[in-house]
Amino acid sequence: MTVNPSGWRPSAPANEQGEAQTVTGNRALMLEEPLLFEIGTTEQTGVDFADAPKRATRLGNLERSRPINLPGLSEPEAVRHYTRLSRQNYAIDLGLFPLGSCTMKHNPRLNEKMARLPGFADVHPLQPQETVQGALQVINELAFWLIDLTGMHGVAMSPKAGAHGELCGLLCIRAALEARGDKRQVVLVPESAHGTNPATAAFAGYRVENIPANPAGRVDLEALKARLGPDVAAVMITNPNTCGLFEPDMKAISDAVHAAGAFVYCDGANFNAIVGKVRPGDLGIDAMHINLHKTFSTPHGGGGPGSGPVVVSEALAPYGPLPFAARFPDGSFKMVEEEHAGEEHPQTFGRMVAFHGQMGMFTRALTYILSHGADGLKQVAEDAVLNANYILRSLQDVLDAPFAKGGPCMHEAIFSDRGFEGGLSTIDLAKALIDEGFHPMTMYFPLVVHGAMLIEPTETESKASLDQFIMAVRSIADRAKAGDQSLKAAPIYAPRRRLDETLAARKPVLTYREPDTAEAAE
Amino acid sequence: MRYLPLSDADRSEMLRVVGASSVDALFRDVPQEARLNGPINGLPMHASEMAVERHMTALSRKNMVAGDVPFFLGCGAYRHHIPASVDHIIQRGEYLTSYTPYQPEIAQGTLQMLFEFQTQVARLLGCDVANASMYDGSTAMWEAIVMGHRITRRNKTIISSGVHPHYVSVAKTMAKFTEDNLQTSLPKLTAKTDADEIIAAIDGETSAVVVQYPDILGRIIDLTPVAEAAHAAGALLIAVVTEPVALGLIRSPGEMGADIVVGEGQSIGVGLQFGGPYVGLFATREKYVRQMPGRLAGETVDAEGKRGFVLTLSTREQHIRREKATSNICTNSGLCALAFSVHMTLLGEKGLRQLASLNHARAYEAAERLSALPGIDVVNDSFFNEFTLRLPIEARPAVHELVKRGVLGGVSLGRLYPGVEALENGLVVAVTETASDDDIAALESALKEVCA
Repeated sequence: MTVNPSGWRPSAPANEQGEAQTVTGNRALMLEEPLLFEIGTTEQTGVDFADAPKRATRLGNLERSRPINLPGLSEPEAVRHYTRLSRQNYAIDLGLFPLGSCTMKHNPRLNEKMARLPGFADVHPLQPQETVQGALQVINELAFWLIDLTGMHGVAMSPKAGAHGELCGLLCIRAALEARGDKRQVVLVPESAHGTNPATAAFAGYRVENIPANPAGRVDLEALKARLGPDVAAVMITNPNTCGLFEPDMKAISDAVHAAGAFVYCDGANFNAIVGKVRPGDLGIDAMHINLHKTFSTPHGGGGPGSGPVVVSEALAPYGPLPFAARFPDGSFKMVEEEHAGEEHPQTFGRMVAFHGQMGMFTRALTYILSHGADGLKQVAEDAVLNANYILRSLQDVLDAPFAKGGPCMHEAIFSDRGFEGGLSTIDLAKALIDEGFHPMTMYFPLVVHGAMLIEPTETESKASLDQFIMAVRSIADRAKAGDQSLKAAPIYAPRRRLDETLAARKPVLTYREPDTAEAAE
Repeated sequence: MRYLPLSDADRSEMLRVVGASSVDALFRDVPQEARLNGPINGLPMHASEMAVERHMTALSRKNMVAGDVPFFLGCGAYRHHIPASVDHIIQRGEYLTSYTPYQPEIAQGTLQMLFEFQTQVARLLGCDVANASMYDGSTAMWEAIVMGHRITRRNKTIISSGVHPHYVSVAKTMAKFTEDNLQTSLPKLTAKTDADEIIAAIDGETSAVVVQYPDILGRIIDLTPVAEAAHAAGALLIAVVTEPVALGLIRSPGEMGADIVVGEGQSIGVGLQFGGPYVGLFATREKYVRQMPGRLAGETVDAEGKRGFVLTLSTREQHIRREKATSNICTNSGLCALAFSVHMTLLGEKGLRQLASLNHARAYEAAERLSALPGIDVVNDSFFNEFTLRLPIEARPAVHELVKRGVLGGVSLGRLYPGVEALENGLVVAVTETASDDDIAALESALKEVCA
C-alpha cells in the first residue's frame, strides 16, 4: 500500500535471464496489449444504430463542433482487448489473495445471478413505490439480518462503501452531540487504524488525535482513559483490530467513553472474524459500518463498488440518514424520504447520496446471508480464524510474529521483516510471492509493526491452498534472512517487472496523448 | 456448506498444528459475556442455491421491470441499451474478483483499464485529467465543492436551482458539519434558467458556482458566460452532468470553461439497479490535479523499460496522508468504471454521436406529440433527451394513474420537491433510444386519459 517504501529504482533495461525475445513481445499465453487509443479509431464502432431522422433540433445552439477524440473498436476487437487485459490481473478466482483487512474471499456466482434478475437490475430508483415493493423488501430484509447479526438497534443502508459508512457514523454522532448542545471537537483514533478513520473524522469537521497501542498490540486503555474529556466526541476503534487481534477490553473502553459523554465508533472492516460469534451491540458500540464487499462477499471488482451499511445504537438511531426502507403495519414497504421525515424521522442528519444506496450489493449480500444461514455464517468466522491461526503457527518460526506469544490471532496474522538481511524488506518477500503465483499480503500496514505483513487468508481457502502458500513463504523468508539479493529482482514472471512509482508521481501521465500532441506539450 | 472447503478432518489436523483444543479456544480474547452462544436469532440454517434463488426471484417479481413497460424516467438515472459484451467482460473473474491494484505487476489489466477510463472521461467532459471514479454523481459533486474550497480558500458556493435536488441535499448535509456556506434555491417551471441570477450573485467571497448541464428540468444553457463571470471574481465553475450521453451531441462543460466537471456515469454501461451501484465521474484542469480526490492511474516504466501503469499521486490519499488527505474515499466504483469504459469503447465517437442523435430525435418527437395534447405544454426551449411537461393537473397523482395504465411515465416534480406548489404540475419525461414508437404512443394516450 505504501509508495515504493524500499526506495527502489529501476536500473538500466536488463535481460539477465538471457531468455529469448519474441518478435511480438508476447510470450505464449502472456499477451501484450496496446492502449485502446493505439488500436481504435473514431470511425470504428461495436454497435449498430439506425440513423436518427434528419430534422430540427432543440439543443439551444450548443451542438458540438469539435471532435471528442474517442476511439471505438468493433465487438470482437473490444472483447479481445479487455480479455487480454484481464489476463494481466491476479484475482481470487485464480488463487489465494491474502490481502490483510480486505477479506478477499470467494465471490459466489449465485449472488451475481440474483443481482441480474430484471426485477432488481432493471428498476429505476424513482419509480413509484407501488412498483418497487420487492426492492424495498430486499433492503428491509437485509437490514433486519444486519441488525440481528450485530445486536444493534438500527441500520443506515445508504452509505456507498466503508469510508462512506464511517462518515455516516460520525455524522450520526455529531448530530446526536449537537442535539444536546455539545460542541465536542476531537476524535481519537488508534495509531493502527485504517487511514480512512482519521481522514473521515477530518472530513466530518473533527480534529484527530492518536491513541497509542500497548505492547500487546491493543488499545492502551489507561492512555485512552487519561485522554478522554469534555472535548472528545468519539473514539474510533477497529475490532478485531488491524493487527488481527480482538480488543479484549472493548466493553471497558466503551464504558469509559460513554462515561466521558462520548460515543464509540467501530470500524467493522474485520467483522468477518466474528460474524455469528460476537455481536458488537453487546460490546457497547454505538455505530459500526459493515463492508458488504468484505464479510458478505459482494465482489471487490478491482476496487469497488463497495457498500457500507452502518448499524447504530438506540442513542444514535434517531439521527441516521435519509432515505430508508420501512415496513408498514399493512405489510407494505415504503421508502421514507425528506417529505415524510417530519413524521417518521425528524432528527435525521439528512441525505448522504442520491437515491437509496447500493441496491446491487444488497441483493448479493442478502443472497449470501440466506445461502450461509445461521450455521454457515458462524462457520465462516470459525474457519477464517482457524485458517489465520494455521498460517500464524506455520510461519512463526521463520518470520517474526510480534504478537504470536500473546495467544491466537483472529482472522489475520501479522508478521514483521525483522531478521531480513542484506537490505531486504517486506516488499522483496511480497514481490517474490508474485513469482510463486500468489497475491502478496498487505505490506507496511499497520504502521505499528515494522515492515508489517498482514495476512488474511479467509475461510474460502482449502488446507491444500494454505499449505502451498506456507511452503512458498517459508522458502522466501529463508532467502530474505540469508540476504539473497536476487529477491530484489522479483517479480520475474509477472506481466511486468517492478514498476517505477517515483517516476509516475514525479512526472504524472494520467491520460493518453497522441504522440504528436504529447511532443508538442513537452 | 458449499462455500467452505475445510473438511472436519482438515479442521482437526489444523487445530493440532495450531495447538488449540477447539476452535472456540481461538476466540479466547473474546470475553465470555460477549460471546454469542447458540445460533443467530431467527436466521434459518444454510440453504441450497435452488432455495435461495426461489426466494430472491419471488422478491424480484414484486417489482415492475422498466424494460417490460413503456418507460420514461430519468432525473439522474437513465435507461439505455447496454451491449451484451459489457456484462460478459465485467463478469470475468480477473476483473470481478480482483482488488484495488496495490500490486501493479499483477494488476496491469485493471490499471491500464483505469488509465483508458480516465482518458475517455477527460475527453468526454472536456477536461485535462479525470480520476479513476467516485461513488456516484452526488458524492462527486460534494467532493468538487470541497476541492473548490481548497483551491480558492473561500467557503461560499452558489448552487444553481437546476441541480438535481438529491445532489443539493447531499451537499447541504455535509455543509451543516463543515460550516460551508451554500446558496441554494428552487427551480422555476420556465424555459429560462437561473443563469442571470447566479452571475449576479457571484462576489469576491464566492468559491464556486455549481451548474447542472443539462439541468434537472432538462434545460441546456451555454455555460460560457457563467464561467467568465466566475473567473472574473476568482471563483471556479463546477459543472454537473447526470446524462453523459448528451455530450455526444452538445458541447462539453470543459470546452465552455468549467474548472471541475463531475458527473454520474451510470447511463453508459451501468444499468438502473434501483439507484446503485453507479459511478461518479470527476475531471478537472491539469493544474488542480494534486487537489483531486480519489485514485489516479498513471503511466510509468518497469525495470525492463516496458510501459506499465501504477496508482499514483497517492500522497493525496487517506492511506498515506490520513487526516490531511484530500478525501476519505478508499474503495471507489472500479467495476462500474470498467462497464462505462467497455461500453464507451464499443460506441466509439461514431457510435456515441449516433446514440446521442437518436436520443434527441426520440425526445424531440415525444415532446412534439405530448405537447399537442390538450392542456399540456413543454416547459423547455432546449433539451437533450429529457424535458419537463406542464400538466393541467398535479403530476404526482398522475404518475400513479399512469402506472395503473401500465406506463412508467416520468418523474413528477412533486416527488422531487414535495410541497412546492409552483412545481406540482411538472412532469419530467426522459426519452432514450429504448423508447419505441409504440411506447411513445402508449404514453400519449395514457396521459391524455389521465389529464382529461
